[in-house]
Amino acid sequence: MNPLKKLFDATEKHFTGSGKFSSLEPFFDATKTFFFLPSPRNRHTPFIRDHIDLKRYMSFVILALLPVLIFGIYNTGFQAGRSQGLDYSFLEAFLLGARYVVPIILVTYAVGFFWETLFASLRGHKISEGLLVTGLLFPLTLPATIPLWQVALGISFGVVIGKEVFGGTGRNFLNPALTGRAFLFFSYPVSMSGDIWVAAKNTVDGVSGATALSIVAPEGEKITAALSLAGFDLSSLFFGLIPGSIGETSALCCLIGAAFLIITKIANYRIIIGGIAGLILTTLIFNLISGNPGTWMNAGPLYHLCAGGFLFGICFMATDPVSAPGTNMGRWIFGGLIGCLTVIIRVANPAFVEGTMLAILFMNVFSPLLDHIILKQTTAKRIPNV
Amino acid sequence: MGDLFNLFINSVFIGNILLAYFLGMCSFIAVSKNIETATGLGFAVIFVLTVTSPVNWIIYHTLLGPGALSWAGFGDMDLSFLKFITFIAVIAALVQALEMIIDKYSPLLYASLGVFLPLIAVNCAILGTSLFMVERNYTFIESIIFGAGSGTGWMLAIVSMAAIRKKIKYADVPKGLDGFGITMIVAGLMAMTFMMFSGITL
Repeated sequence: MNPLKKLFDATEKHFTGSGKFSSLEPFFDATKTFFFLPSPRNRHTPFIRDHIDLKRYMSFVILALLPVLIFGIYNTGFQAGRSQGLDYSFLEAFLLGARYVVPIILVTYAVGFFWETLFASLRGHKISEGLLVTGLLFPLTLPATIPLWQVALGISFGVVIGKEVFGGTGRNFLNPALTGRAFLFFSYPVSMSGDIWVAAKNTVDGVSGATALSIVAPEGEKITAALSLAGFDLSSLFFGLIPGSIGETSALCCLIGAAFLIITKIANYRIIIGGIAGLILTTLIFNLISGNPGTWMNAGPLYHLCAGGFLFGICFMATDPVSAPGTNMGRWIFGGLIGCLTVIIRVANPAFVEGTMLAILFMNVFSPLLDHIILKQTTAKRIPNV
Repeated sequence: MGDLFNLFINSVFIGNILLAYFLGMCSFIAVSKNIETATGLGFAVIFVLTVTSPVNWIIYHTLLGPGALSWAGFGDMDLSFLKFITFIAVIAALVQALEMIIDKYSPLLYASLGVFLPLIAVNCAILGTSLFMVERNYTFIESIIFGAGSGTGWMLAIVSMAAIRKKIKYADVPKGLDGFGITMIVAGLMAMTFMMFSGITL
């Protein structure tokens, strides 16, 4: 027999029933199911023969995030080098980037699992795999130079207020990772501000570099010209070797992850397609009415699509099945309005440079209402047939 | 026309009377248990606001404001210290009338609104709107639009709150937070998402 299985079987009695450590049962259970299939089986109908469960579901999201994560680590190191005029090799940049990114991820997981385990053992529910995803999504939305205590604070708010007070995964109404980020965004605007910081090796403060979205062209010039002058032409926005939050810069990596999620049917394509359509439509409307060619109001749809965190948000955050609507029509509207609101904030709100996070959270608030209205309409249509 | 549209958007989203100024919280928390009731109360608030705001405008500008009584020969009279009590009286009278109308035409809504319908009279959102209207020197037309916009924003907030509460009915909220506690947390999180619009100037 597998020695690992033996170990679990031998220690199980201490954690279940009236064992010595029965309050730590969720922790034991989480560790065990990390290696083995969960032992409880469904006793009643309906029986569905399918290998997908919450754990598989969440690990697919982690897999989809890997390209973004690896590229994000490399890009952090690359930007740190470039801000000092150094040209690192791939490995050097990757290692330097890892020095910034890995501690953020470790702190997120440590603090997140602390709260999750505490709530699980006090309230007697299982440790949910949802935290694995939240704990990876959250660091990817942060700038690489954020102080680690702020990371801990943000994930605490996201996990406790965003999720655990409602009873854990599946019961919250806002995306926990974005709740934590929004909390940091409004509490510590300096370290989260639109000029996202570029990680720099030897300076304490880091070098502040403007992101693409905060650029305004000088009088009489076009925004696209000013962007390419600053190093943000369309291809660099698409491939992502630009300053920005860790995970948001590369549109390509986000699209790879999105394709994986759509093929495995983890993410609902309606939200993603609807979001992109909403963004393009709103951009075109703004392009038509725009007077000043030097602002983002006049940038084309592709620029809006690739710049900032829109693709990251719509592919990984908006598709969170808990906080998104459950009806298909609701998903189209939900996605479309996220795209629309993102552009409106980018263009019309001088206080915030980027609007994806706030647009997703705002629509999370309205997704139960969308579901309610659509269900009511559907049932009203069917009443005459009953 | 464009200005009035901007004012409307402004009062619905950016300066949402409930989630940006936190006025009218009591009925927001108490009547958001059911979506239908919340919608009914929302429409009632829109109606009351759209009527009281211009009525109070007329009263303020013909009777109470500094110099408003000059048509009667009292040009240097300033009765604006009476505005609180007068506004409340106007609101209470209108709510009374509205109550009778709802009772007559929709007894079901009347029953489900219960005590909260008369309580609209002391809903801070209603008085707050009238006072903002004076404070910001709106014109007569603007006061109508502002009243309607504030009401719409209030309704938007309470209806989405009711939908969220329907969703978290299945949530496993800790004992101490059950009921009003979790509702306050939800209201706070909603207000955080409404901060999206803060900073937009129309």
